[in-house]
Amino acid sequence: MPVLDRGLPIDDRWTDLADDQDIPAEGAVIVSLERWRTERDALTARRDAVGVRLKSNQLATEIADDLGSLSLVALEFPKFRDGRAFSAARELRERFDYKGEIRAFGHIIPDQYLFLTRVGVDTVVVPADRVGPAWAHALKEISVAFQPALGREEGVSLLRRHLKGTVPA
Amino acid sequence: MPDTHSPALRSNQPADAHAAVYRYDEFDKTFIFERVEQFRAQVERRIKGEITEEEFKPIRLMNGLYLQLHAYMLRVAVPYGMLSSTQVRRLARIARVYDKGYGHFTTRQNIQFNWPKLEDVPTILRELAEVDMHAIQTSGNCIRNVTTDQFCGAAADELVDPRVYAEILRQWSTMHPEFTYLPRKFKIAITGSPNDRAAVQVHDIGLIAKKDETTGRVGFTVYVGGGQGRTPYLAVKARDFVPVEEIIGYLEAILRVYNQLGRRDNIYKARIKITVNEMGADKFIGLIEEEYARLRRQKFHVDPAIVDAIQTHFAPPPWVELPAISDSFEAAKAADPAFARWTRSNLTEHKTRGYAIATISLKPIGGIPGDAEADQLETVADLADLYSFGEVRVTHEQNLVLAHVRQDDLYALWKALDAAGLGTANAGLISDIIACPGLDYCALANTRAIPVAQRIAERFADLDRQHDLGELKIKISGCINACGHHHVGHIGILGVDKKGEEFFQILLGGDAGTNAALGEIVGPGFDYDGIIDAVETVVNTFVKLRQPGEIFIQTLARTGHAPFKEALYARA
Amino acid sequence: MLVKAKGTQQSVAASRLLDGEAVWLGAGNIWVEDVAQAAVFDGAEAIAEALAFAKAEEKRQIVVDVYPLDVEITEAGTRPTHLRERLKGIGPTVRRDLGKQARQPAA
Repeated sequence: MPVLDRGLPIDDRWTDLADDQDIPAEGAVIVSLERWRTERDALTARRDAVGVRLKSNQLATEIADDLGSLSLVALEFPKFRDGRAFSAARELRERFDYKGEIRAFGHIIPDQYLFLTRVGVDTVVVPADRVGPAWAHALKEISVAFQPALGREEGVSLLRRHLKGTVPA
Repeated sequence: MPDTHSPALRSNQPADAHAAVYRYDEFDKTFIFERVEQFRAQVERRIKGEITEEEFKPIRLMNGLYLQLHAYMLRVAVPYGMLSSTQVRRLARIARVYDKGYGHFTTRQNIQFNWPKLEDVPTILRELAEVDMHAIQTSGNCIRNVTTDQFCGAAADELVDPRVYAEILRQWSTMHPEFTYLPRKFKIAITGSPNDRAAVQVHDIGLIAKKDETTGRVGFTVYVGGGQGRTPYLAVKARDFVPVEEIIGYLEAILRVYNQLGRRDNIYKARIKITVNEMGADKFIGLIEEEYARLRRQKFHVDPAIVDAIQTHFAPPPWVELPAISDSFEAAKAADPAFARWTRSNLTEHKTRGYAIATISLKPIGGIPGDAEADQLETVADLADLYSFGEVRVTHEQNLVLAHVRQDDLYALWKALDAAGLGTANAGLISDIIACPGLDYCALANTRAIPVAQRIAERFADLDRQHDLGELKIKISGCINACGHHHVGHIGILGVDKKGEEFFQILLGGDAGTNAALGEIVGPGFDYDGIIDAVETVVNTFVKLRQPGEIFIQTLARTGHAPFKEALYARA
Repeated sequence: MLVKAKGTQQSVAASRLLDGEAVWLGAGNIWVEDVAQAAVFDGAEAIAEALAFAKAEEKRQIVVDVYPLDVEITEAGTRPTHLRERLKGIGPTVRRDLGKQARQPAA
């Protein structure tokens, strides 16, 4: 399935492995949390990068200790209305200082895309028939955000504009 | 044009220059117009079929747009219930141009229009944006409009004016990237008075603003996990005092725990109250504290200077020095008993000498609770300009308030209100009924609620009788979702569908105030005709049992439910 | 609350996407604004077929919120058996000047 970065499809180096698929000798792979736990040694013995998929009921804490070995964490949206992954992404970034790629997959609509980027998601997986200009557009529709974004530590964001002489970031 | 004392009217300022509404700056304006265009594009995508109804529904709901029984319904936010006269006039215009000439004020201090067309909604939102208004997050599984005490900044009993904090929460919660797809809706209420007029204990989060006695620092007692609906709970206290600087961080912690652990398998168990009660309050509060302890708090630190800066939007209007007693007010009361009666029920003590807080009843006998015609809205806007610094408030009891009226002006105000059908002397009395829209409008309802309210009001139409009964709050819901707050009515009425017929259960002993309590179902339900007689039986029983000076809820507390049950069911 | 239809005679209700007007599937698969003119489908097969058409209309952005409802046939036309559906056919009982009930009957 196409992967979008900043609204546009990219060449994706990752192979998303189902639990019954063999692990290829080469190439970056994404596996389920369960598989990561049982086949961790085999996965880390390879040269190439490993990513883990979390279901929406699996909290970021489940992989907190493993993040150093993971180049990607993929967060599932079983339904676009299930917003647990927004907190998972934020926890990965802010609580666990995760610097690798965060990817969202499953049922996602463009109208959530801006929020996803603001909680730390880098890429989204989108069915081919849903790729279109709406995704890039969604990132540009709203230029003002009232809360602090990722990586900005200066505090309650736009509320600061009320301080005289402060230019909001 | 009546004589006016309004300093604004005498100068070149707009008449509502001193109305305590938050005025948008360039960032707010940029945001609000971008949001309107975003929704316009979303509607276009929906009409073209690029998104399904399933996907569009949460989007339209987060812009206040429902699909109801007869038509779409647009719920417009009235942040913490505050409006300027300019905004009220714009609401009147929207009612007239895009709807059917009226609006309906809700129990969350918002206003609903019952007949908009989907195609018109982006344009309506644009009209709202022009006067610093919106419909954002008035529905959907997100943080809803923050509600508060309708008398804030004016009431004599207030310790802390909550509006500046409500505004900070409004900005913080607007399009929150992490908390817009929560398990379920999320309602926050805040009060700054020891007499809770915002029903904070039946909200997902209830905040009571107060000052630390030794340091004078402002902070909040934080309640969590309250709510009505089909499983009502009173909130539990999470912390006794969270200083202002930390409040957003603390709320982030609560919301994060809820977003991750709130149930998503069953819509009826998805509210935070269920999570709190299934897990146990102590454990839930423990998780909040853990989350809060590791949060990057600096990021959410509310600088007191920010509070001060936003506070300027809610500066007190330029009250003048007045004598405590107004001779003309006293004379008018003596001369006109109908006016005197209105002053007894519809005025609240103001903190400034010579002023009063006036409640405008949207409950004329036999009328639809909370409805206001466009003409009436314009009358209220004009009267607000003349007598109350161009400011209007919406109450959660579906009335309006002019918060700063000189005692000298009250008689003229009441005359003008009365002429417009807005002068009913029944605030807090038996005909000041909260009712949800019910099956007359709502797609979810099981029964009607409005005509029950109308018939009760007609049964007790005699205002002298109402005044004799004293404070008595009837609240009616047309289904177990409890939008009519029946759980916290002194007399609550719940409509249920019994084999296709409307039946109504009576609950007794609920209270939305400082002594918050949930009512109990008193016994089997009554049919559409019988419910009015049943309410009268309850009231007559109270009259028989009451001791001098007692109001209904006090008598009930003293006697218990037994005599009321007996009166209702003995003859059966 | 929507009551599940279970009778043998059913109609199909929906709301028009663009203006939210309540409509019913009428004769010849035309959407009608008057419930009395709603087509009555007899038996599971006919009901399923009508619903399938209505769901397809939803996909064509004509209507939303499609569902079946129990009805009976009267001299005045199709009549829903449940209160909610009858009110949908007339408008708010507290505002007789609004909704379908306020309109001139079709000539």
